[in-house]
Amino acid sequence: MSFPWAKEYQPQNGFMQWMDERLPLPRLVYGAIGAGYPVPRNLNYFWNFGVLAGFALMIQIITGIVLAMNYAANTAVAFNSVEYIMRDVNAGWLLRYLHMNGASFFFIVVYIHIFRGLYYGSYKAPREMVWLLGVVIFLLMMATAFMGYVLPWGQMSFWGAQVITGFFSAIPLVGEPLREWLLGGFVPDNAALNRFFSLHYLLPFVIAGVIILHIWALHIPGSNNPTGIDVKSEQDTVPFHPYYTSKDGFGLGVFLIAFCSVVFFAPNMLGHPDNYIPANPLSTPAHIVPEWYFLPFYAILKAFTYNFLWIDAKLWGVIAMFGSIALLFFLPWLDKSPIRSASYRPLYRKFFWFGLLPCIAVLGVVGAMPAEGLWVPLGQVAALYYFAHFLIIIPMISYFEKPEPLPMSITESVLGKAETPAVGATPATA
Amino acid sequence: MADEQRPLGEEGTDGVRRRDFIHIAAVSFAGVGAVAAVTPLVYQMAPAADVLALSTTELDVAAIQPGQAIKTTWRKQPVFVRHLTAEEIAEANDVPSADLRDPQTLAERTKPGKEAYLITLGVCTHLGCVPLGAAEGENKGEYGGYFCPCHGSHYDTAGRIRKGPAPTNLVVPPYEFTSDTAVLIG
Ligand code: HEM
Ligand code: FES
Repeated sequence: MSFPWAKEYQPQNGFMQWMDERLPLPRLVYGAIGAGYPVPRNLNYFWNFGVLAGFALMIQIITGIVLAMNYAANTAVAFNSVEYIMRDVNAGWLLRYLHMNGASFFFIVVYIHIFRGLYYGSYKAPREMVWLLGVVIFLLMMATAFMGYVLPWGQMSFWGAQVITGFFSAIPLVGEPLREWLLGGFVPDNAALNRFFSLHYLLPFVIAGVIILHIWALHIPGSNNPTGIDVKSEQDTVPFHPYYTSKDGFGLGVFLIAFCSVVFFAPNMLGHPDNYIPANPLSTPAHIVPEWYFLPFYAILKAFTYNFLWIDAKLWGVIAMFGSIALLFFLPWLDKSPIRSASYRPLYRKFFWFGLLPCIAVLGVVGAMPAEGLWVPLGQVAALYYFAHFLIIIPMISYFEKPEPLPMSITESVLGKAETPAVGATPATA
Repeated sequence: MADEQRPLGEEGTDGVRRRDFIHIAAVSFAGVGAVAAVTPLVYQMAPAADVLALSTTELDVAAIQPGQAIKTTWRKQPVFVRHLTAEEIAEANDVPSADLRDPQTLAERTKPGKEAYLITLGVCTHLGCVPLGAAEGENKGEYGGYFCPCHGSHYDTAGRIRKGPAPTNLVVPPYEFTSDTAVLIG
């Protein structure tokens, strides 16, 4: 597909030949994830996470469809139908725990996948479209997971729905009518639960569609790699199959061990016990928190406690929260450095490890804490850094930074030059 | 007219092609049709008749002692009905309106002659949690009214926002006293 030396698909028998002339699906697969897709030879394990994310989506779709066979989206029975799945449906507890923790693992995998892209500069030309589609997938995942979490109709489901749809009421003038329209009522109720179920069923398939575009866009320039430099010759690549199918297979095994350990030994570790209390529209739990994967964004929402300019604190919080994701759409143009990989960008690398990552960790912790005492200023500082990192620091360092010398080629970075010991074979990490 | 014999794709003396007109007319017609088709899809999401039907609530405030509050519901939302004590009324009236984020007097938030009955939605104007302070022993916040634990909004004895992220006072629903103690909300 992408390089002239990519192997061409050869039908193995008469039937495949017949197929190839009528519906060249095997040819498509061969070129996309088979021997016909040349991939840089130096990919490390961080490149496993795309395939893992696709696998996690499959887990969600398969377990979701069977859960939907037993679940009832009606406020009178939704909570009980989930308990029925847990107690009476054969293997229902397993299916639900797979789906519940599958969502968490999907996010773990996708977050690593995103940070991989940030570290190795995969968002830069010529892969901007791959990155943009990735951010779209991330937004769709967040919407899907939010609506899924409402379905069991526990206390956190209900109050999560109330607070998150409350974001819309921050919009001037149209906010409150918009919220009533989204909910089909004045509070989350039967109408909301039903439409959330309908959309929760639909969106994963939309995600699958966007993933196809994401991979299509990727296969035009081909995969990035840990050195960030372009593929120059056939020597720099190996065919996806069998080299990366086997590497991904190994990674998948490791992923499944971790996933199953949580599903079987700590299935409620990542959840919140209040969601085992049926929804009560008249009493808010003392401390409501979203699922762990939303905590950093929730902390940004909470960071605004004062009105500023003519905009009130509530609207600021909502703008900042959506803005923190929306700015990722502009990242390819905020970072002006032509060097992709952080392995050769001393400043970018330091800000990545000692700025961005700790900042997001702090936001995550603050998101889970009540909005009082020192947590408030801490969250404010971290939120400020988050925006500064992308909007000020990244554009600035692309001017000041003096990159370290790049290897001549991917092959050289793997095998080393004849005279000098392997330059960049093990790029320093910090 | 000679103009009518002219081929569709050719310009007339006025510089207009008949085909342009047909294109615009056809596309506009399809556009109107598409909007018409989408309308019911959008409109079905708005609150349905059964939801709107729950839109009045009746209650009797006679049994609420000064200092006490009860919770009821209107349109499935919690409503706080509070019988203010004389001190609480004085406290609410003592605040200069410059101190308020959303300036309103207690009189504006209650009915004439019924200032002691503060009827508000029990829905925090920030993101919609139910504030504490209606039931006995609950935290009433720094201003003695209601306190929302979700993100720390404090309301005073007139249900006005005093501190925290909420932008406006607790909403006073439309209601009237139908007798000395009977209230009709909605
Ligand atoms: C992007 C993929 C998906 C994500 C991230 C996701 C996430 C979630 C989450 C977080 C829950 C709440 C689990 C709990 O606390 O009990 C949930 C519940 C549910 N999901 Fe999904 N889901 C996905 C795909 C699907 C699909 C394709 C279906 C198929 C129809 C589905 C059907 C359901 C059902 C019926 C429930 C309610 C039962 C339960 O709560 O366990 N999901 N989902
Ligand atoms: S919902 Fe009450 S303070 Fe946020």
